[in-house]
Amino acid sequence: MKLTLKIWRQKSAQDKGRMVDYQLDDVSPDMSFLEMLDVLNQQLIDNGDDPVAFDHDCREGICGMCSLYINGEAHGPDRGITTCQLHMRMFDDGDTIYIEPFRAKAFPVIKDLVVDRSSFDRIQHAGGFISVNTSGNTIDANAIPISKHAADEAMDAATCIGCGACVASCKNSSAMLFVSAKVSQFALLPQGQVEAADRVMNMVKQMDEEGFGNCTNTGACEVECPKGISLENIARMNREYLSASLKG
Amino acid sequence: MSGLLKSTVGRKVAMALSAFFLMIFLVMHVSINFTSVFSADLFNQLSHFMGTNPLIQGVMQPILIIGVVFHFVMGFVLEAKNKASRGVRYVKNNAVANSSWMSRNMLLSGVVILAFLGLHFYDFWVHEMTVKYVEGDMSGLIDPNNVESGFRYYEELREKFISPVRVGIYTVSFVLLALHLLHGFGSAFQSMGANNKYTKALKGFGKVYAIGIPLLFVFIALFHHFTH
Repeated sequence: MKLTLKIWRQKSAQDKGRMVDYQLDDVSPDMSFLEMLDVLNQQLIDNGDDPVAFDHDCREGICGMCSLYINGEAHGPDRGITTCQLHMRMFDDGDTIYIEPFRAKAFPVIKDLVVDRSSFDRIQHAGGFISVNTSGNTIDANAIPISKHAADEAMDAATCIGCGACVASCKNSSAMLFVSAKVSQFALLPQGQVEAADRVMNMVKQMDEEGFGNCTNTGACEVECPKGISLENIARMNREYLSASLKG
Repeated sequence: MSGLLKSTVGRKVAMALSAFFLMIFLVMHVSINFTSVFSADLFNQLSHFMGTNPLIQGVMQPILIIGVVFHFVMGFVLEAKNKASRGVRYVKNNAVANSSWMSRNMLLSGVVILAFLGLHFYDFWVHEMTVKYVEGDMSGLIDPNNVESGFRYYEELREKFISPVRVGIYTVSFVLLALHLLHGFGSAFQSMGANNKYTKALKGFGKVYAIGIPLLFVFIALFHHFTH
């Protein structure tokens, strides 16, 4: 396959940045998207140019590190996958592919396609935890009866890998899907009840302080989420937030 | 509780509550308007009741105006934060792949509806306020000195829809209202935290509501235009 790549290049957070065109020949349809970028980078290094910086780690759709806005969609045109799981067979010979970083004021670009997603970490620190004894008095979690329905929903919410595709896809750069998944995974379990009110209040407060936008319920986040996190979580977070607010 | 309106979640809840209020008002409005299609007398009586009842004029009307103003102001407040949350825009954004046009353009459809409301207020509300509270004529009669002249509301309504330009503007505005409601109806429930096994049925009802109510308004306008 022969491809034309239009890639966002930005030397640093202070640099203005611009799209740069690259030609790439002999791309195998069996390559993953990141392997294709590896080939491009080797070509750039061989020519004495600066390779394209992009995030990656596990390369098997678990860690949430890879990002990339490919042809106008987070993690590219396929569904239910991260960029590292995207394969070049999704594209055609002669295609032009746009590759941009996830865009949000709360996700500032560090270099090229690498963005700073530490705002998600700060939201997690604000309430994404439970309090349990861990020093010799640990209670077996299985000792507490939990309905299968609640356990399944909590597990579904917990599959969020915090990649930020929801923010990147949302026209408002809203982080509601991410925050609601983190709120839900605890709100659905008895272990999460102790800090339930504080958790939702503090996480939403931190989300707002980070500068994420409002939710317009377009549903783009749910469509583009590699883990299929449902909008039901946002509704649950709204209920939790309203309930906590009214209780004061 | 005090900080509710400062948060993104709280503002969306407030937006949804004002939307519910306005959606209920639309049902009442179109119901009364529709009586003009089959009974001039009933329309006149209902219009006179709504226009002179102290509870409706003194309490419900101000609440309605506050509701309308709040919905629009909050819409612009939310949009300002949303725009600021992105910063640099994408060079290529394939939004059609993951969301509907209606959901992405609530501000656009809202602004068209706002412009229409300006015309609507000028056409009907300002005229009513002038007659009743400036000129002091609370009779509702065509000739305030002649009881036999009958109520003026039906004739005034018919007169407004003679102009094809006004009917055209009316129709376009209600198409935009339908698009606004097609997303807004379900969105309001989601913002209030309602997303459960009834959501699919609710969205179906929302489509009927979003198309049906504006369609009735347009039908009433066209009916009077072509039968005058």
